[in-house]
Amino acid sequence: MAEVTPLIRDELLPPRGPERRHLISITDLTKDDVERLLALARTFAASLEREVKKLPALKGRTVVNVFYESSTRTSSSFELAAKRLSADVMSIKASGSAVDKGESLKDTALTIGAYDPDIVVLRHPHIGAPLVVANATTAHVVNAGDGTHQHPTQALLDLYTIDEDLGGIAGLHVAIVGDVLHSRVARSDIQALVLMGARVTVVGPPPLIPRGIEAMGCEVSYDIETIKDADVVYVLRMQRERMLEGANYVPSLREYTARWGVTPGRLRPGQKVMHPGPMNRGVEIDPVVADAADALIERQVRSGLVVRMAVLYDLLTHGPVEVKVAEIEEVA
Amino acid sequence: MAGVLFGGNGRKDDLSYEGVRVVDPTEGIDETLDLTIEAGVITKIEPGSGANGRVVAPAFVDPHVHLRTPGREDEEDIASGTKAAAAGGYCAILAMPNTEPAVDSAAVLGALVERAKEEAEIPVGFLAAISKGQEGAELTEMVDLAERGAAGFTDDGRPVASPGLLRRALQYHVVTGRRIAVHCEEAALSRGGHVHEGLVSAELGFGGYPSVAESVMVGRDLMLAAYENQPIHLLHLSARESVDELRSARSAGVQASGEVTPHHLCLTDDAVRSLDPNVKMNPPLRAEEDRQTLLEALKDGTIEAIATDHAPHARHEKDVPFEEAPFGVTGLETAFSVLYTRLVEPGSLSLAALIDRMSAGPARIYGLERPRIAVGAPANLVVLDLDRTWRVEESGFKSRSPNSWLLGQTLKGKVVETVANGKLAHSA
Repeated sequence: MAEVTPLIRDELLPPRGPERRHLISITDLTKDDVERLLALARTFAASLEREVKKLPALKGRTVVNVFYESSTRTSSSFELAAKRLSADVMSIKASGSAVDKGESLKDTALTIGAYDPDIVVLRHPHIGAPLVVANATTAHVVNAGDGTHQHPTQALLDLYTIDEDLGGIAGLHVAIVGDVLHSRVARSDIQALVLMGARVTVVGPPPLIPRGIEAMGCEVSYDIETIKDADVVYVLRMQRERMLEGANYVPSLREYTARWGVTPGRLRPGQKVMHPGPMNRGVEIDPVVADAADALIERQVRSGLVVRMAVLYDLLTHGPVEVKVAEIEEVA
Repeated sequence: MAGVLFGGNGRKDDLSYEGVRVVDPTEGIDETLDLTIEAGVITKIEPGSGANGRVVAPAFVDPHVHLRTPGREDEEDIASGTKAAAAGGYCAILAMPNTEPAVDSAAVLGALVERAKEEAEIPVGFLAAISKGQEGAELTEMVDLAERGAAGFTDDGRPVASPGLLRRALQYHVVTGRRIAVHCEEAALSRGGHVHEGLVSAELGFGGYPSVAESVMVGRDLMLAAYENQPIHLLHLSARESVDELRSARSAGVQASGEVTPHHLCLTDDAVRSLDPNVKMNPPLRAEEDRQTLLEALKDGTIEAIATDHAPHARHEKDVPFEEAPFGVTGLETAFSVLYTRLVEPGSLSLAALIDRMSAGPARIYGLERPRIAVGAPANLVVLDLDRTWRVEESGFKSRSPNSWLLGQTLKGKVVETVANGKLAHSA
């Protein structure tokens, strides 16, 4: 049995909770952790080529998905990932639950905790929500997006997608374009890409680029022409729902699109284009770009399934495990 | 100025301390002495010997406490807040008026004064609001409030957004003589901010509360005070640029004072990485450069007072994601110990300076009688055991709220006795 590498750095553990492993931020991971997770995802991808896609790996385990924000991709892929691994899955949406009656996150977590789940997957509009669940339950917590903070499984699936398509990550130049300020995806991706040795440039209008973001190891450009230099152009969604009224981040979407929209003319042939979805076609991304052969957007969604299978499996098997999923007996 | 501190009266104790190190920087004392207190008054100070390891100093004055009364007595009330203050070595505290309702009329203030006379463990004073309901529109009846015993005026918790209103308040200072204190925050710049705008907010994705949101208001308020030639007090300073503004205004002759909290002296925004709601406060923890500047200003006297900004919050209100949590942390019971541990022990601040900024400094700003170790003075003193280490635990708090950023930490230096207005108010 190989030595267990913790998925979380000690100082980032919840302040007063017992020690256990969560995936709350990309900063919880080492490069080895990421490589292990990507390898595991590749193994699961191979297993999905088969006629019977279900594996018994997490049989008898319980995964609860709790979503306080709307989500299509993330919630469906976590649910399917858990089902593919034979876990019992329960999905709770904030609307229609006791949250509507004013129940606090802590009380909801205690309620869910009473079922002894192995993993709680949480999507929440506020930074720090996963720690409340981690402190209130004994489950492993997977952050599926907390406000503008982190979305670590998105970053992992982005790494996986780039790695599969371009045959590696180290040395690539990735331009992340648009509303970086409000983007948990941007923050997670910058950290993940820098960790794996890529060069990252964030591009957008000054009010949407957080002051001091260079400290995360990326470069900053306010000129859309910069993206021509990148191997991968990662387009962010304009998060109008997170923008304070009257804050004037952009004078108009029209001007934003004219100056920073990713259009065919701003790309060179062969550049790969990614987007975490949902897209505002015609705002941050031209529809021609979104539908072009070089767009990896649909591939990202496919990657999401196997990467989330890898995360769930890894958390519950205390990886790194030289897992040979191919040898695991398939569920009849 | 008499008549702005209430309660904590009654018993006058007879006490004596033999062979204690007495430190009173204003009186120029730092030597081993014997002290005798009779009926609450220091009657004898004699050369002592065989130092017993304890320090006796003037008791502390906290110019910035939220007693949450009236309205949120579940979080703190006059009795619990003044007991917590006594445990922290304070002989007097000043309470902020951002209560429910706000202390904006002589009637509300009068009711508080009566309650304080009944319940307060140590003397307490009340600042009254500058504007009705602290809404920033209409001036309160400042002369009436001063007559009823307001210790000063502030809309703390909020800035005075209108320069016109602040100007009127400063003009009324001519009549009331009670200090105008301001919470400096330009809301158009701090809106949506949860933590200091800097490297940590960029990395964690928090809405930023930039330093300039404070300093731009500090600059404006100092200009108004200079123009009206009236004194002004700047509450809980956090930013380097604010200190620069205060320093240059003072050297230009503006009657301006400032205060700083223990948490801004000990922590930076790096602490926010824990996402612990007990490091969320307004103004926010800032960068190391800001912390160093605050400490320098405290040492050179530009900032005269240490204020806890003791802000109790109910447990369930802080037991939420960082972004949802209210601003504020408690501080009365840990201020001396944490500053002794983090600043005096490592040599960043002298014990004499710490005592001065926790006692004589705040008393001077609000015109309160200075706690002092002198024959004939009322006994307002604190007994400190500088060698005792202790662990900060929720169960040890006299405060009703547990939102301390120091829970679970071990500190060195403990307040073992507090004598306030002649009464032994705390003994541990």
